[in-house]
Amino acid sequence: MLGTGLIQGLAVTAKNFVGSFHDPARYTTVEYPEVKPKLPENYRNFPFLVSENADDPMGTLRCVACQICEKECPPQCIYIVMERDEKGKAQKRPKIFDIDLSVCMSCQICVEVCPFDAIKMDQHFEVAETDRFQALLLSREQLAKPNSYYHQIHPTEAAAVDALLAEQKAKQAAAKAAKAAGPKAAPVAGLAEAGPGSATPATTKLPAAPGAEAPKPPSPAA
Amino acid sequence: MNATATTDPFLERAPMLLRDALTGFLPEPWRWLVNGLIAIGLILAVFGLLFAFLTLAERKILGRVQNRPGPNRAPTPTLPFLGFLGKIRTYGLAQPFADGVKALTKEDIVPRGADPVLHYLAPVALLAFSILTFAVIPYGRHLVPLELDAAVLYFFAAGAATELAVFMAGWASRNKYSLLAAMRALAQLISYELPLLLSWVPVVMLAGTLSTTGIVEAQAGWKFGFIPHWHVFTPWGFCGFVIFMVAALAESNRSPFDTPEAESELIAGHLTEYSGFKYALFFMAEYFGMIALSGMAITLFLGGWRAPLPFLEFIPSYVWFAAKLCVLLFGFIWIRATFPRLRIDQLMRFAWKFLVPLALINLLTAAVWSLTAGWSAPLQLVRWAVTLALVIVPFVVLGRRLSAGHAPRTYRYAT
Repeated sequence: MLGTGLIQGLAVTAKNFVGSFHDPARYTTVEYPEVKPKLPENYRNFPFLVSENADDPMGTLRCVACQICEKECPPQCIYIVMERDEKGKAQKRPKIFDIDLSVCMSCQICVEVCPFDAIKMDQHFEVAETDRFQALLLSREQLAKPNSYYHQIHPTEAAAVDALLAEQKAKQAAAKAAKAAGPKAAPVAGLAEAGPGSATPATTKLPAAPGAEAPKPPSPAA
Repeated sequence: MNATATTDPFLERAPMLLRDALTGFLPEPWRWLVNGLIAIGLILAVFGLLFAFLTLAERKILGRVQNRPGPNRAPTPTLPFLGFLGKIRTYGLAQPFADGVKALTKEDIVPRGADPVLHYLAPVALLAFSILTFAVIPYGRHLVPLELDAAVLYFFAAGAATELAVFMAGWASRNKYSLLAAMRALAQLISYELPLLLSWVPVVMLAGTLSTTGIVEAQAGWKFGFIPHWHVFTPWGFCGFVIFMVAALAESNRSPFDTPEAESELIAGHLTEYSGFKYALFFMAEYFGMIALSGMAITLFLGGWRAPLPFLEFIPSYVWFAAKLCVLLFGFIWIRATFPRLRIDQLMRFAWKFLVPLALINLLTAAVWSLTAGWSAPLQLVRWAVTLALVIVPFVVLGRRLSAGHAPRTYRYAT
């Protein structure tokens, strides 16, 4: 009969009207500035530098200024200068570490190549600025974020990284103990002699700089 | 307006008492004039505000139907002396005022070739005729701005004059698309004028008067103590009400009959060359037309300001009128949220091949109803059966003929 389709249509819109007041599956709007969206864990946009301690971010950066990421970065948005003391000896931490967000293409290659798990992808997306040159060029002070923040935004990944670092530290300690026991056998140290620029740096820290200068060992529950 | 009967409850008399307190000291001819001016001012204020919040309600309801919140961000402006409150979020209640400011501050563009006088006059005329219709609607037991013997006739005459303004807008724009759209709009408005007028003729036949107060008077009382004697609860009244509402949708250019200004197909029809506040005036007139037609539908078919049940009569009559008005306006918005727009030929076919014959047959139904009014109780069933058949059979037959070859629609690719 004429009109049955009209009534069916009215029923559909009425269902939506009533449903939008009580059914979250229908009413999916997130009122953004007040309510933050829940980002998926694997969401990434720009890199940040992981520091071990929130109280002293510059002193506990994992970054050793090896410049691998600077060299690998396809759009070349990273600029690193290593810290040196008065005698010109490398301090194995960055004096300058800049990332230009207006250039960065969020490819994550810096994260993949970093042997020290020192650079990771952030989820902070509210980066709008009124100055498109200086304001988007982030210095190491702005880039440094504690490991606890990393755990907060990428829990699974951060736990895996912490486990890996703990394993490395244990291995390092074992090697040190073995070295102390008998100086003749030091295969791990020999392998790592190649330095940070080599293709296999991820196995361990440099043996030449154990303990004091190297970043503090990561605490898994940070 | 009626002399206030002292038997009414206080709230019923309150508006009249207030008015008399304001103007009671004036000499007679002045009193009449000031009372009229107060009524005009009240109509403009009340329906102006209703229009403002109706646009908000419409956008909110459409939003909810589409599972989104609708406008809810317009903050109240920060006042210097209320600065400590900051910007208050008011669920979008400030939106109409923000829209008004926007419309007022926009540039008013008149095309070089346009007739400046007519171009200026069209929105004003449209709005004026729309407002004229508010004069005769009884908003409450004592709230009739203008008592006319031919009030219904006056209402539809003023309403029909808006068509002139629509064509004026299209003609004065000196734009061929505006003109074509105005002609189309005129064709639609005149086509739907006929079922609109035919649908209320039975009401006048049965009530025996063209006065709106008389028609509301005719719907007094309850059958079996709880079914009100509203015209919509009779077979011819229900049919007439439906035809009236469909024609009212078309007359007020509302979806699904909004071809005159179809946003997605035409630019804006006869409103193409209008911008800024003139456009807002057209918009306002459209909503005024919708409100006025809803008010007339309430008066003619839904018992006017009368309460639906006897024990609810303690609530003042104007509250009932407002409640019914809100229900009808919600219906208008609900329909807009639901139905897609009709093509112009479908629209014409629907008017001339379906609504007009149905309205004519409805005259016959009303005549049968009127002639059989004196029948005794068992014969009342026969009366109901005959009139119901006179409504339903033509509806089914005409509906089948209308949709022959068109419905039910088969979809080759969609499921």
